[in-house]
Formats: sequence, structure tokens, C-alpha cells
Amino acid sequence: MNSIVMRENINTMIEHSDFAPENSIISAKNVDVFYGEKQALFNMNLDVVENSVTALIGPSGCGKSTLLRCFNRMNDVIPICHVEGSITLGGQDIHASNVDVVSLRQKVGMVFQKPNPFPKSIYDNIAYGPRIHGMTTSKAELDEVVEKSLKRAGLWDEVKDRLDKLGTGLSGGQQQRLCIARAIAVQPKVILMDEPCSALDPIATATVEELIDELRERFTIIIVTHSMQQAARVSMHTAFFHLGNLVEYGATSDIFTAPKDERTQNYITGRIG
Amino acid sequence: MENEHIVKSFDEELTQIENMTLEMGGLVETQILESIIALCNRDQELAQKVRLDDKTVDVLESQINDLTLRTLALRQPLATDLRSVICALKVSSNLERIGDYAKNISKRTQVLADIKSVGTAERTIKRMGEMVQKMVADVLDAYIRKDLAMADEIRLRDEEVDYIHNTLFRELLTYMMENPSNITLCMHLLFIARNLERMGDHATGIAEQVHYVVTGSAPEERRPKADKTSHMFVEENHESKE
Repeated sequence: MNSIVMRENINTMIEHSDFAPENSIISAKNVDVFYGEKQALFNMNLDVVENSVTALIGPSGCGKSTLLRCFNRMNDVIPICHVEGSITLGGQDIHASNVDVVSLRQKVGMVFQKPNPFPKSIYDNIAYGPRIHGMTTSKAELDEVVEKSLKRAGLWDEVKDRLDKLGTGLSGGQQQRLCIARAIAVQPKVILMDEPCSALDPIATATVEELIDELRERFTIIIVTHSMQQAARVSMHTAFFHLGNLVEYGATSDIFTAPKDERTQNYITGRIG
Repeated sequence: MENEHIVKSFDEELTQIENMTLEMGGLVETQILESIIALCNRDQELAQKVRLDDKTVDVLESQINDLTLRTLALRQPLATDLRSVICALKVSSNLERIGDYAKNISKRTQVLADIKSVGTAERTIKRMGEMVQKMVADVLDAYIRKDLAMADEIRLRDEEVDYIHNTLFRELLTYMMENPSNITLCMHLLFIARNLERMGDHATGIAEQVHYVVTGSAPEERRPKADKTSHMFVEENHESKE
């Protein structure tokens, strides 16, 4: 009987692997990215599933961070960088002339490798975004946003008595969760995370991973990570990049147990490819 | 493994796990053959050796368990590496069971020391034993070579073992009905045949593991099963022959 059950499971897994999700929120089509003469991404096609965690993995310089930075047009600030192809967020082209970059980045938040709280109070770190976007009309409303964001980031109990203290005075793990709270305060649709745990110890990493797991109910998370185990733990879908190409994209459980492409296989098992 | 790991000791560990599994397999193969020879020749010394060898098999299994556990904990293998570690764990448990069945045959051989054989049953058992031993030998070959075609072929071979088991079952029932004094011998032979049939199933299990290691999925086709002994019965004959 066991073998029959296994077979059924594997069949459903196979359906997942030819991967063209229906409920995609971000969709990249034929995206090429250049840094000056050098092409960093080649004809990238990727659909990111809404309300799930998608991990981007691959060796250094494979283009995963470049792609991540395309999603909220962070590459705009690099003068020699130019992006071709189409990227849509909820069906809307993010490069269209009527799109305001500031409001795009409100919808697509970002958390970086190194925690980078503003040198302001914990309260002001969270309140900054809602203030500049004019999202609240009263002090009470702003207080509520700050509390809710800190609670969602699992930080409230640890900081509620010292909201006026500097955000930079928190521990590394707390700072990273503060940055996540700051990102979710402006109610984004998507949160981009560029190696959010690489500067954290295992306990802080576990807290952030637990947080990611809770956040995916409300937000779509795209995470770049160098830790294979982290990608396997937190994500539902995994995309493997190599030399600027998307090599394989599918259900995380497939990628880590039975990858189809030899390059994926060699990379995740730690072989010289 | 066509490509080597960047960390060489990882490769060494995987090779060690595989080698230990093969060593265990070799020992189990010998157990099968010797248990059958001991039975047919009523060779008590050889039967005792099979029983003792089983201790070594058990020790090897627990060593493989420890090593795979260590590899899983310390290396966190993925993809083919993960599959091959899990496979070694399961194959060793299959082999351990096969060893147990051989040991059980030898125990029964010791009970049958002074009982003479009846009919052709023991010859059939010998044939069945050789067939199962060949299955185990071949499946270990397929395991080390990661030979998918071979593994799939062995998986289908179990049907033949089932057929012989059915025949033996009928034959032994007949002997018992003919003469109740055959019952001790025939009951033991019945269990011995059952043991061999189970060994075949475990060899099939190993073949399925090889399939999984190579392809990443369990075999698609259902394998043919021919063991009908669970449905067999003896009809009582109420008509008297006066």
C-alpha cells in the first residue's frame, strides 16, 4: 500500500514542476539587464505566486539580486544599469511612464542583508513610511500602525516600553525585525528580502524565518539566500539561477529532492559543476 | 557520481555508506545460499553458522544507521545525495530482514535434523532459494551501478518466486493430507517457503529504492503479484467411499 500512496504524492508533485502559476503577482517577461556593456540577466521569465514565499538561489554573480532589485526598480539608482523586457505587478507594467517609483516602492518593500534602521527612535523608524506616504490622519492612528507593525514583526513585546529609544541600539536580530516592521508599516503587497539572515545568529535567524512564515499570509515574499537550508525551510517555490539565466523554477520540495537540471543538482549538492 | 563534491570527505562518507551496504549484502547473499544448503543436507553446523552470521549482519545494519544519521545531521545532503543516503538506510533495513529470514530457515533446519524429506518439495525450495539469492545478488549490482533498467527488471522477477511459492503451498498441503506424520516437516517447509517468498519481496523493495535513487520518483507501474496462498483452502470431502 505504501508504494501506491507514494506514487500519488509524486504525481501531484510532477504537476507542479512545469511551472506556470495562475495566481502570480509579479511577472517578469523576457527581462534582460545590462550593467554598461555587461549583460547580467538573460531573457528572464518568472512568475511569482501571490501570498507565498519564493526563494531565489544560485552562486554569487548569478543575477538573483539583480532580478530582485528589478522588482522595485532599485536598479534605477545605478546609472550604468538598464533593464529591458516587461515586469508587471498585479498586471501593471512597473516601467510605465505613469508609475511613480515612490509609490511602487511602497507596494514592493525591501529588507537588506545588513539591518539598516534609521538613526531615529524605534517609533520613528516605523512611523517614517506612513508619514511620508500620508497614510494616517491622526497621532492615534499612527500609534496604531506602529503597534500593529511591531506586533506583526514579533517585536512589540520586546520594545513596547522603549519606543523612544534609538532603533540602532537593538540587537542585530531585533534590528532586522525592526526593518521588516518598517517595511510592512506601509502595507506593501510584496516584500523583497536580500539575504535577510546572513548577518544574524541561528536564534535570530529562526525568529526571522518564523516571521516570514507568518507574514506570507498577508504578503508575497521573495527572498534571496545563500543558505540552501534556509531556502528549503522557508520557501514554497525556488528558482535557481546560473550565469544570469533562470535554470530551474518549481516547488521547493522538488528542487531539493529531485532537481531536473544537472546544474541545479551540482549546485545544491555542493559539487563542482 | 560523475562529479565530485567540493568537500572531499563528503564523497568519502557517501562511498563508505555504500560500501558497508554492499558488504552487508554480500553477507546476506551467503546466508540465503547456506541456509538452503544446510536445509537440504540437514547440515547442522552450516545452519549454526548462518545463525551466527546474522549477528554480524545486525551489527552492520546498526553501523549503517549511525553513519547515515551522522551524514544527515552534519552534511544535510540534498537531491541525489539525500536520495542515496535515504536509500542506503532503507536497503540496509531490507537486507537485515532478509538475513532474519535466513536465520529463521536455519532454526527450522535444526528442528528438522532427524526428519527425512518427502517428495520433491525440498528440491523446489532449493530452486526457489537460488532464484531469490540471484535476485538479491543482481539487485545489489543494480544498486552499485545505479542501473535503472536492471532494477526495473528485477522488480518484475518477484512474480516467478510467487508462482513457485503457490506450487509449493499446494504440494505441501497434499503431503499433509496424505499422511499426518508429514505434518511437522511440511509445516516447517511451508514457513521456509514463506520466508523465501518474503525475501523476494524485500529484494523487490531494494529494486524500487534503486529506481527512486536514479529517477527521484517511485516506479509508476504496479508490479505484478502472484502470491495466491492467502486465498487457498482445502475443501473437506464429506462423501464417504463405502
